Amino acid sequence: MGEFFTISVLIATFASGVRLATPYLLAALGETLGQRSGVLNLGVDGVMLMGAFFGYWTVLETGSRLLGVLIGILVGLLMGVIYAIATLVFKADQGISGIGIFLFGLGFSELLFLEQVGTPRSIPSFEKLKIPLLGDIPKVGEILFNHTLIVYIAIALVPLLTWLINSTTFGLNVRSVGETPSAADSLGVNVNKIRTMTILAGNAMAGLAGAALTIQLGTFQNNITNGIGFIAVALVYFGGWKPGGVLAGSLLYGLLTAIITKWKTLGIVSGATASLTTMAPAVLTVIALAVIARRSTTTPTALTIPFSRGD
Amino acid sequence: MIFLRKFHGLLIPLGAVISALAIGALIIAILGANPFEGYLKLLEGAFGDGDALADTAVRAMPILLVGVGICIAFRAQVINIGGEGQIVSGALLSTVVALNLPDLPAIIIIPIVVIAGIVGGGIWGAIPGALKAYMGVNEILSTIMLNIVAIQIMNYLLRAPLIDPVEIERGTRIPQTERLSESSDLPILIDGTRFHLGVIIALVAAIIGWLFLWRTTLGFKVRAVGHNANAANYAGMPVKKMTMLAMTYSGAMCGLAGTVLVFGSQSHRLITDGSSLGFTGSAGFNGIVAALFGGLHPLWTIPSSFLFGGLLVGANAMQRAIQIPSSLVVGLNGLVVIFVVCSTNIRERIQRMITISEETTQSDTFTRTRATNG
Repeated sequence: MGEFFTISVLIATFASGVRLATPYLLAALGETLGQRSGVLNLGVDGVMLMGAFFGYWTVLETGSRLLGVLIGILVGLLMGVIYAIATLVFKADQGISGIGIFLFGLGFSELLFLEQVGTPRSIPSFEKLKIPLLGDIPKVGEILFNHTLIVYIAIALVPLLTWLINSTTFGLNVRSVGETPSAADSLGVNVNKIRTMTILAGNAMAGLAGAALTIQLGTFQNNITNGIGFIAVALVYFGGWKPGGVLAGSLLYGLLTAIITKWKTLGIVSGATASLTTMAPAVLTVIALAVIARRSTTTPTALTIPFSRGD
Repeated sequence: MIFLRKFHGLLIPLGAVISALAIGALIIAILGANPFEGYLKLLEGAFGDGDALADTAVRAMPILLVGVGICIAFRAQVINIGGEGQIVSGALLSTVVALNLPDLPAIIIIPIVVIAGIVGGGIWGAIPGALKAYMGVNEILSTIMLNIVAIQIMNYLLRAPLIDPVEIERGTRIPQTERLSESSDLPILIDGTRFHLGVIIALVAAIIGWLFLWRTTLGFKVRAVGHNANAANYAGMPVKKMTMLAMTYSGAMCGLAGTVLVFGSQSHRLITDGSSLGFTGSAGFNGIVAALFGGLHPLWTIPSSFLFGGLLVGANAMQRAIQIPSSLVVGLNGLVVIFVVCSTNIRERIQRMITISEETTQSDTFTRTRATNG
């Protein structure tokens, strides 16, 4: 344990915690927007897998990470179209269609990977971009201001989304559609149009999260997300449906993952015990969900309820 | 119209599976293989001869058990995504029990391990059930998290306390238990195939599930709570208890699937590959697909499980013949789920259409009769 509590190891662990939090954060922010409009998208993990595969494949073929990220977003959008048709046009159960999307992404990302790539080959990872001045602050600079561009973008999305939800007409519409869709409808807000927009944006962000994950790791493997998408959905509850809360939750998960990884490499936990530490985030989530459920007055009232005019 | 009225319940799921297969054919063609040859090999591999049918039955068995549980949970409006974890916990408990039992005759030991599996899965279902009923925790999220927990507990147990001593001696350390007592092997019922007692257990469970839902008061209450929780509450039904019961029942069926998977396996031991998808073959998810496809009816889930078991067995044959990875079927299952849940709405529209047309015919007759009499 002693070798873990040295300044350099701690700083490295915190820094990688911030980095590992990024895919959680991107996916969970997209999900937040959707849930505020009353849509519970459980397919995030499947969308991430598809975004990850296509992002990886693009980088492998073209060498362009920017293109990889853009393709990830595009694939997310397309998956969003499927989900929007299912839940808004056919009013399918949101939870179960999400599981369908998950299986779809799980199966086809593996199929395409085996067919088009076969054995994992590494791709160039993102490059670090040290922020001038701030990055030179001792310790803090290393933890917060010496990251890749995607990390900064993800964090910048937090205030942006907070502003979008709380201070714009669009945000007001999103919230009203998530709370009392029939009232919003009677005031002339097109409920399904707003929901289409949040679903597409949310899925695009899930696709981006997948692409970010695979490029961060510099490789791809089957089921690469290993449940990150599902944890991202839980993080929205955890963060009380607020981007700031989601950021806190994502950082906690990133840090937890970083600590576990570090402990494994340092040999503090090894062999069988490592399995027990791997389940810590899941146990934490269940406990957190139970605690949050007790005081969940902030849950969007119309969450999971399809809207149709009383005809 | 009469045709529509009689068969739309059956046509829609078939339409869903055919559409999914059509999309699959398109994908196979894009990947540069012959979809017709692929599907032919798939059918042959799944249903071609006695051996294939036996393999399909064995593959369908855990899907059917999970599916029966899903029928009960979903009818109570409890979305149990925790099948994977419940299979693992049932398998673990029954394995631990079997490892600690003295050598007993099969007729005693098999019922004991079966009960252990039911209890193990039931506990893993009761936890999210209680969390939902009494604390309002979203069961979809809690069951998914509990899947991860169960799998990691299994990985831990199989690497340390339960590991086969031989693996430590040899230094190979494959995470698996020792071979379980031979008297606990589920007996093979058709010589020369893999068709074992587990298939019969699953069929009996499906019939019991049907009897429970439609022939017992408890089952009626479960359905009533799922249909309209407020009305059921007003009628004096214990809504929270029914939610918990449905989740526990569902978990118990998954746990039973876990037991049958371990004691009916060819290696006769519990083994993990350490991955999150493990030894279950995704039965926890495929069971959902089969149950939805069977219209959440335990008896209809029997043929639907055989269909999906067959698809999985056949996918391997297809992979060998045209080199299209069997993961295609996982993706197609996802599409089937999406199509089936979308079709609920279509079904309602058709039903409304039929009702309206019937009403018009009736009122027509009424007017005509009045006209002649008048």
